[in-house]
Amino acid sequence: MKLFAKPAHVLHDMLVKKEITAVELAKDLLARIEAVDGEVKAYLTVTKEAALLQAAAVDEKIARGETIGFLEGIPGAIKDNICTKGIKTTCASKMLENFVPPYNATVMEKIQAENPVILGKVNMDEFAMGGSTENSAYFPTHNPWNLDCVPGGSSGGSAAAVAAGTAIWAVGSDTGGSIRQPASFCGVVGMKPTYGRVSRYGLVAFASSLDQIGPLTRDVTDCAHLLNIISGYDEKDSTSSKTEVPDFTKSLVQDVKGLKIGMPKEYFKGMDADVEKAVRDAIKELEALGAEVKEISLPHTDYAISAYYLIAPAEASSNLARYDGVSYGERVDGVDIVDMMTKTRSEKFGEEVKRRIMIGSYALSAGYYDAYYLKALKVRTLVKQDFDKAFEDVDVIVAPTAPTAAYEIGSLSSDPLKMYMQDVYTVPLNLAGLPGISVPCGFNKTGMPIGLQIIGKALAEDTLIRTAYTYEQSQTFHNSIAGLGGEKE
Amino acid sequence: MSYEAVIGLEVHSELKTNTKIFCGCATSFGAEQNTHVCPVCLGLPGVLPVINKRVVEFAIKAGLALNCTINKFSKFDRKNYYYPDLPKNFQTSQYDLPIAEYGYVDIDVDGKTKRIRITRIHMEEDAGKLVHSGNTIKDSASSNVDYNRTGVPLIEIVSEPDISSAAEAKAYMEKIKSVLEYIDVSNCKMEEGNLRADVNVSLRPTGTIPLGTKAEMKNINSFKAIEGAIEYEIERQEEILEDGGHIVQETRTWDDAKGITLSMRTKEAAHDYRYLPEPDLVPIITTDEEIEAYQKNLPELPDARKERLMADCGLSSYDAAILTASRQTAEYFDAVVSSGADAKLAANWIMGDLSKNLNAEGKLITQSPVSAENLAKMIALINKGTISSKIAKTVFEEMWASGDEPEKIVKEKGLVQITDTKAIEEIVDAVIAANPKPVEDYKGGNEKSIGFLVGQVMKQSKGKANPGVVNELLKGKLQ
Amino acid sequence: MMKVTSKDVENVAVLSRLAIPSDEVEKYTGHLNAFLEYVDGISALDTDAVVATAHVLPLKNVFREDAVKPSLDRDLALLNAPEQEDGYFKVPKILED
Repeated sequence: MKLFAKPAHVLHDMLVKKEITAVELAKDLLARIEAVDGEVKAYLTVTKEAALLQAAAVDEKIARGETIGFLEGIPGAIKDNICTKGIKTTCASKMLENFVPPYNATVMEKIQAENPVILGKVNMDEFAMGGSTENSAYFPTHNPWNLDCVPGGSSGGSAAAVAAGTAIWAVGSDTGGSIRQPASFCGVVGMKPTYGRVSRYGLVAFASSLDQIGPLTRDVTDCAHLLNIISGYDEKDSTSSKTEVPDFTKSLVQDVKGLKIGMPKEYFKGMDADVEKAVRDAIKELEALGAEVKEISLPHTDYAISAYYLIAPAEASSNLARYDGVSYGERVDGVDIVDMMTKTRSEKFGEEVKRRIMIGSYALSAGYYDAYYLKALKVRTLVKQDFDKAFEDVDVIVAPTAPTAAYEIGSLSSDPLKMYMQDVYTVPLNLAGLPGISVPCGFNKTGMPIGLQIIGKALAEDTLIRTAYTYEQSQTFHNSIAGLGGEKE
Repeated sequence: MSYEAVIGLEVHSELKTNTKIFCGCATSFGAEQNTHVCPVCLGLPGVLPVINKRVVEFAIKAGLALNCTINKFSKFDRKNYYYPDLPKNFQTSQYDLPIAEYGYVDIDVDGKTKRIRITRIHMEEDAGKLVHSGNTIKDSASSNVDYNRTGVPLIEIVSEPDISSAAEAKAYMEKIKSVLEYIDVSNCKMEEGNLRADVNVSLRPTGTIPLGTKAEMKNINSFKAIEGAIEYEIERQEEILEDGGHIVQETRTWDDAKGITLSMRTKEAAHDYRYLPEPDLVPIITTDEEIEAYQKNLPELPDARKERLMADCGLSSYDAAILTASRQTAEYFDAVVSSGADAKLAANWIMGDLSKNLNAEGKLITQSPVSAENLAKMIALINKGTISSKIAKTVFEEMWASGDEPEKIVKEKGLVQITDTKAIEEIVDAVIAANPKPVEDYKGGNEKSIGFLVGQVMKQSKGKANPGVVNELLKGKLQ
Repeated sequence: MMKVTSKDVENVAVLSRLAIPSDEVEKYTGHLNAFLEYVDGISALDTDAVVATAHVLPLKNVFREDAVKPSLDRDLALLNAPEQEDGYFKVPKILED
């Protein structure tokens, strides 16, 4: 297996054992990007020179006999809605086409302290609004498992890069499933931590009360390591949890004996037959490994999407008001400031973004606030209470990540409502602030990956890691990446 | 038909914290444009606010000092509207759960005390400054934005429409300013924009209850302008109503140069602020114990201080009010009295010569060249009879010019009052001899003529003769 | 459920500083109505006794000290400015408001 096809923990060992150098590894990834990214199109910006310098620095450290940390020298990619100081951050929008942040997101500071190799910024749905990366203002990303298909979204670039071997690890963001769903579509591991576990400072806001940054990786081991690195209280983020961060790698044990798993009956409808089979098989496997599975009910599931699609656009309409051509971002000239702002926003925002801003402004407008936004906040309480109640009886909840596997590019994009309904299994966690992980659990008839979603109690990512790891190790999905050619030695 | 004015004021006061409300940028006035900014107050993509603890403390103190109830559960909300001085195109403010509500201040106008109720006090962030390329916003092809001021913490104090005249509005503003200075939460320098007022004016037929349509004047930043704008508005609205017309609800601006209010050509786009709870900030919970502690630690407030001065020093309500209007003046007065000076004399000198000189040179009492101790010493000299009140005026001017102690000045200038009866008697005799007519007039029954003679004696003695003694001697000799 | 009119769409567009071309207003109105019909399901829920959740975490009183931190260098602050003049951000003619 080529270097780019291996997970971070294997590469780390190889670096430590001096079987490879960091520069070799970086070059391998850069060559892979050259070879396949023309078709996958995961990257918006490749930071080649900086990457090689970072790799060289790590090699010098190794040469000096210093110990290196887990992520040192391991090449990864950053979703383009995370502010990287001095590196263009576009959110896949024309509005920020040339925007260079003068500051780093806290997550970037934490990651960079580990001396990884940053390969570049990856594609997404514009301002994270979408489930397929087709809403990128630049180009869609293609699923490495079938280039005619979407990689999912909005962290489609992150998932596709990890699946294609053009990044060993990536970070993305999840507001309504944007890490988990593309992870599922691309056959990689993706986790949305508990709300507040990871700092949002520097994550370009979409829906402030729902957004979280999380890792996309080859396997659960890498995920646990990355989670260690990015988690933690940040004084710059008032919604950041002060709870201590455990060492998540301690949960990389194969043990689900006695683990109580809940299967919410409301989630086991409306999905493709292939998806249902793969997910149920995975649950049977967990049972065989010693877990106790029982049916539970999350009665307000059907209302969660509606609540989400009122809360998220409402917050987004406010968060995106700042893009007005005044002090940063693109500007389209106008006869006066109102004209300039209107022209700038109308020409530089894509259709889906404009649609959601309109929905959001409407939901908040005088006379409709109570019926829409406030009502949605109350439904949110009910959704959260459902989970709280369920978690009195079970330790984790399992479900499909998405109702289908990846579909063809263009097949859903003309029907926004149908697109929204894809989020039915992922959205409730964002509303409730709970952590969730998607691990590969099979393929559909056409060979497209299917993901199993495991949902945990607030701040119980350790249980999620343990459950996901146990399941993963009983299968072989994590041993291969997408077959674009050239993966084997 | 007679009309009465119904006026409400929304006062914005900048809080004198070191840093802005949501970030660590300095709040100091007068910095070069865009040098006190950071990603947070610039509203860059991805930034998040964090509340400055001291802003909340100051806001609670202000609430208590203005007799409000503190809301133990309070939160921030977003007020969404587009304007170039607002980087995020929303202002983080407070909507339905402000930090304080239901307070009041008492004002004195024409000897009558009136209570003006305060509806609410809330915290919010200030916006940036716009510099227009032309003279006014209307004739500018472009404008320049300075974000130094964005994020400076403000409290907005909203009054009930209990104010009925320009004079009451002025008194209200002065009381608010005074209270905020006393508790040291604001510099209250209107000329630096620390204190601004939006004024709402409407009229209704005298004695009726329903409110008339109001006109709003925004961002008035001097006491004079507040009075002028109100007086003008009342007249303007009265004229319209008398003519049978209707008042248009609108925002007007005060043109200081012309002394009139003008309608602002606003687009009819409604101000739908689409408030939502600020998702990036968590609620503020204040306990009863904390509120009690704040209350206990409040300094003596203007009204209480005034009562104390009246009770302890026997000052009139009028004098006490003037002396306690500003905390610095009150402290100066206290310092003079505690150095041993007679309270009434201290009051007179501070309100008289000291104020006159301070005003003439645009100085604050904290910048007075005449220290409180020295003023007290001078008053002691008057009481002892070392100098007369008249000579004291000269001594005062000298102290002002040199900052010297009064004893030194009196000695150097030889201003010690002459009380030696013999010495005065000599001058008195000389004056009587030199002024036969006035002497005759006085003897003839004209009481006033003695004044002239006293004056002459004072003149001859270069003002140093003790006027009381002079009077006695003259009267005695002219029996 | 309130049906959205073209006028509503136009008003919301102005509030959001978005220009919807007149030939697209109807399309937008249709979208908005379809969407609202979809989410209208929540109006059936009885939420009178339910408290709204604005924040999922039970956090409160998150404050920072009133200590000055270094500001951004003005050059960095203006780095992405579409137009600048003498250290200011320059904008076109502002109307009254």
